[in-house]
Amino acid sequence: MSHHIVEATDLRYTYPDGTPGLEGVSFRITHGESVAIVGANGAGKSTLLLHLNGCILPVQGTISIGGTLVSRNTLGLVRRTVGMVFQNADDQLFMPTVFEDVAFGLRNMGIKESEIGHRVAEALNTVGAGHLAGRPPYKLSQGEKRLSAIATVLAMSPDILVMDEPSSSLDPKARSRLIELLKTFRHTKIFATHDLDLALDLCERTIVIHKGRVAADGGTGDIFNNTALLYESGLEKPLRMQKCPPLFDKL
Amino acid sequence: MERFDLGYMDKISTGNSPLHRLDPGAKVIATFVFIITVVSFDRYEISALTPFFLYPLFMAAIGNVPFGYILRKLLAVSPFAVFIGIFNPIIDRNILFYVGSLGISGGWVSFVSIFMRFILTVSASLLLVAVTGFNSICMTLEKYGMPRVFIVQLLFMYRYMFVLADESQKMVRARSVRSFASRPPGLIMFVPLAGQLLLRTLDRAECVYRAMVCRGFNGQVYPAKRPVSGQSGWFFAAAWIIFFVIFRIYNIPFLAGSVVMGVFK
Repeated sequence: MSHHIVEATDLRYTYPDGTPGLEGVSFRITHGESVAIVGANGAGKSTLLLHLNGCILPVQGTISIGGTLVSRNTLGLVRRTVGMVFQNADDQLFMPTVFEDVAFGLRNMGIKESEIGHRVAEALNTVGAGHLAGRPPYKLSQGEKRLSAIATVLAMSPDILVMDEPSSSLDPKARSRLIELLKTFRHTKIFATHDLDLALDLCERTIVIHKGRVAADGGTGDIFNNTALLYESGLEKPLRMQKCPPLFDKL
Repeated sequence: MERFDLGYMDKISTGNSPLHRLDPGAKVIATFVFIITVVSFDRYEISALTPFFLYPLFMAAIGNVPFGYILRKLLAVSPFAVFIGIFNPIIDRNILFYVGSLGISGGWVSFVSIFMRFILTVSASLLLVAVTGFNSICMTLEKYGMPRVFIVQLLFMYRYMFVLADESQKMVRARSVRSFASRPPGLIMFVPLAGQLLLRTLDRAECVYRAMVCRGFNGQVYPAKRPVSGQSGWFFAAAWIIFFVIFRIYNIPFLAGSVVMGVFK
């Protein structure tokens, strides 16, 4: 059996104030895939992500993680399987120190105190943030915060890693370091992002969400070459694929 | 800006002074007894309160907590104490004693007494947090039987306090960069700001809560176990409680004064 399969079937959601979120989303992501979920602002990316680990429970349609339907009764299992890194790292780091924050999930999982130190160190070292363990989160730079936030999730050894806007508010160097780091992960990875260059680097598959529906689902290269589709969905080609006008006269 | 740097308290609380290493329970109990004793005095009492300043001074000195930081915090909340006592001098005009030819009314004495108690109790609480850490205090309270729902409330309040302060600072800044006159915002400006702040805070609170739930939060927060130096915590608590009882029963400055006066007679 595989914990790594994510399957959504006709997922629909309307926010309590009547704003439509999702209007029938279906897809199947299999073991080890790295998938970008792209779409304009308000297309429903974040709403979709919140369904992946039961922060929003499906009202209509279903979502299953590793064969388990996400419902109130399976939340514990689903959340252990799906590690979610939120867009704003400040939301994710709420304990007095980075160490405590990484240990938070482990303690909730009931892991022995003797083992926690080791697992926290391992997670922090994986993201190259071992030296941050004792620091209070609000003193960190955005890049350091992002790495710590990833460590908090990695420590719980999820099978599926979900990240909302992984590269937002990172400086160029921190961004490319993060991309290199994410390349080394063997998890099933799902990224919701506006950074199409990042998607190009990390994901072999891309799902385009437009107005709460799947507008396209296929190979990243094919989708990013489809100018009409991108335009329809409020997107543009990744910078690297655009025929950039010569800059010589400006330099 | 450091006055607004609420996170500084957290940083101090991760220190490693002998006071930090004491059992949090001992510190909580000592501070609790301290506060009860201080507030139990008669409303005109001033002199008997002075020895109690030893406790916060001791905590700050041994716990390596900068005095200036605590003073600034006291200053920030002092309006509350002032408002509680401000009408005493007007209502209670009964002259208690004379300094030269100036009659000091009971109202002024009780006002000073209220202010001293404010300084003592608030600084002791702040210092308790500074040398123990808010989370450890919450854990201790839970151990002593405080219902978990209150503990979780306290923990959330503490986290969201930082978020709230941040958000409000950002909003005030956003307002001030677009209002070129230097006069302070009026009440009309304040109302939408406060409303905005409430909505933003609710949103943020939801995000933080979501992140907690995603990592298995089930109403319980487990603290790191700090190395606790066994018996010394209870020695600390017992010694201070004995001092507090002595300070409460005997007016030390008064006794010292009479001894000195006796020598000169």
